Amino acid sequence: MAIFVGKDTKVMVQGITGRSGTFYTDQALRYGSGFVAGVRPGKGGSTHLDLPIFDDVATAKKKTGANASLIVVPAHRAADAMIEAIEAELDVVVCVTERVPQHDMTKVKAALEGSKTVLIGPNSQGILTPDACKIGVMPTKDALPGPIGIVSRSASLTSEILAQTSAISMGQSTTIGIGGDAIHGAGFVDCLKAFKDDDDTEIVVLIGEIGGREEEDAAEYLASVRYEKPVIALIVGRHAPQERRMGHAGTLSFFGAQDAVGKIAALKAAGVHIAEDAEDVAHQIQQLKS
Amino acid sequence: MDLQEFQSKELVAQYGVPVPQGMLARTAEQAEDMARKITAERYMVKAQIKAGGRGLAGGIKTAATPSLVFDAAKAMIGQSLVTQQTGTTGEPVEAVYVEAAIDIDKSFYVALALDPGTAHPLLLASSKGGVEFEQSAQIDPGIVQQFDLTGASASKVAKFLEGQDFPDAKTAAELVLKMARAFTQNDMTLLEINPLVHTTDGQWMALDAKVSLDGNAMFRHTELQDLAQADHMSEAEKIAYDNNINLVQLDGNIGVVVNGAGLGLATNDLLVDAGGRPANFMDIRTTATSFDIAKGVDLILSDPKVSCLFLNVHGGGMTVCDTVAEGVAFAYARADRKPAIVARLAGQNAEWGLRILKERRLPVEVFETMKEATARCVALAGGRR
Repeated sequence: MAIFVGKDTKVMVQGITGRSGTFYTDQALRYGSGFVAGVRPGKGGSTHLDLPIFDDVATAKKKTGANASLIVVPAHRAADAMIEAIEAELDVVVCVTERVPQHDMTKVKAALEGSKTVLIGPNSQGILTPDACKIGVMPTKDALPGPIGIVSRSASLTSEILAQTSAISMGQSTTIGIGGDAIHGAGFVDCLKAFKDDDDTEIVVLIGEIGGREEEDAAEYLASVRYEKPVIALIVGRHAPQERRMGHAGTLSFFGAQDAVGKIAALKAAGVHIAEDAEDVAHQIQQLKS
Repeated sequence: MDLQEFQSKELVAQYGVPVPQGMLARTAEQAEDMARKITAERYMVKAQIKAGGRGLAGGIKTAATPSLVFDAAKAMIGQSLVTQQTGTTGEPVEAVYVEAAIDIDKSFYVALALDPGTAHPLLLASSKGGVEFEQSAQIDPGIVQQFDLTGASASKVAKFLEGQDFPDAKTAAELVLKMARAFTQNDMTLLEINPLVHTTDGQWMALDAKVSLDGNAMFRHTELQDLAQADHMSEAEKIAYDNNINLVQLDGNIGVVVNGAGLGLATNDLLVDAGGRPANFMDIRTTATSFDIAKGVDLILSDPKVSCLFLNVHGGGMTVCDTVAEGVAFAYARADRKPAIVARLAGQNAEWGLRILKERRLPVEVFETMKEATARCVALAGGRR
């Protein structure tokens, strides 16, 4: 059954008529995802890529039964688009827009409080359940249904690891990019929880990097529960030159963020298998399988 | 985007945060003139760089008279200041800020930032402010306490500050709320005041201020664009940024062309693990065209240290391998120097990308895995260091 999205997911696209919106909707339709509608204020009643266009999210949901959204609007309109989708009580909202202002996320997070919507992104490559549903901008050439759940902060590395797992005939249940921005919707912990309860997922691969404290939170969570599924982590940025900082030596350290070495140590202590580098993940999976 | 002290102070002063009387000087002569215009018993001369740790590094001096202000400014301007936050090369001091020295009773620390989890504005406060705050907080993070400012009244903030041993907490709380307005209205990602001092005559005053602005929000702050432009990116990094490429120049000799930040970090790790020294970090945004990519490659090739180019691409989305290969081919066609290319292409249109590289007769060697490609790069660049 995978997590968050599957065969029955019905997707609308906010910003469908733009260059990126058109491109990614077309790709998703070719992949066979259940894309059913587009939203573009002022263009309601028309069609685009043979899909009906509506003026707003609520109407699109009512008329088509869509329960998920792909947001591909410019950065200055992304927060309003996310809030509209959350208020329309969609199940899953994926925002791929890059460079969304951080203070806009304060409003988006407020809309999410008490909501059941799973927000993925912004600045995410999206979510993919192979051969069932693609909501995002990731390539699908190497995707293969299977038992590996992937949750990641990096689009390029997700594609890379997905290809490596497919190459050893270990397909994917679902892959999720939580987004590269400091403030975002669903995090590693939300995804780990969902993978824990998912029958299709046998092994979870977590792809993290320097900055923020997603990895620390994941380690804390994994140490606190009986997870029962092996987790493999790849943390990149071990040799990244220390970012020039201003003010306190990492004001972020108040929030408990560590460098790559600290993140790796925390995950290791929580029982996670550590991949040495970007080409070691498949090897780690094979070791678990043997 | 980080602002300098004088810019940060100007900005928060507009919201009613008290700061000492001060002026910016670009020469020692100017500094002396400014001091004569400021009514004070003593002066502070402060190097303007966009990094902290100045106090311990000799970037902040006290001067008794305007002529001594001249001497202090003369010693700083034109020099490079190395602090704990600048890296070993330091940062050039182009100007100093001259201000009235304040008689301090006690130093405090306050900062505003967004909580990465909830996106709520948070107040961070400590009664251990001053030049040694950063070291103290690293040893004992417990000296800093957090308070969620969402919908908080002045009296609630005052109560929190009282708990952190702030005297006259009511006035301090009002000051914090003024800071919060400046923080929100200007899309700041960090507003830090260290030290916030309580003076011997019972006033609150910001002796330093550091502001980081959200570069992604500058479209709605045209008034801040001039400040924001003077950022610490190098000329090459700025050109790359304008062409949809995030480039960070490093001091090694292996040029790196990678799409995506995560793959870029992974590539950097692999190269360093193998004993190589990357000349740059590159992340091609998905919106980049092959012309954009060519501009980025131009920048790498123009670095005389670069002895080979590592092309590590996983095609996907709108950045497919042939787009990157086209970009590299454009750049090589117009380059004076054509160092060897070590290519590892995977994902969307990988075969097509390799065909482009070969048909344009580029000096390319192709590898299946990143490890093999990495090893070859290190060999071409003169072996393990």
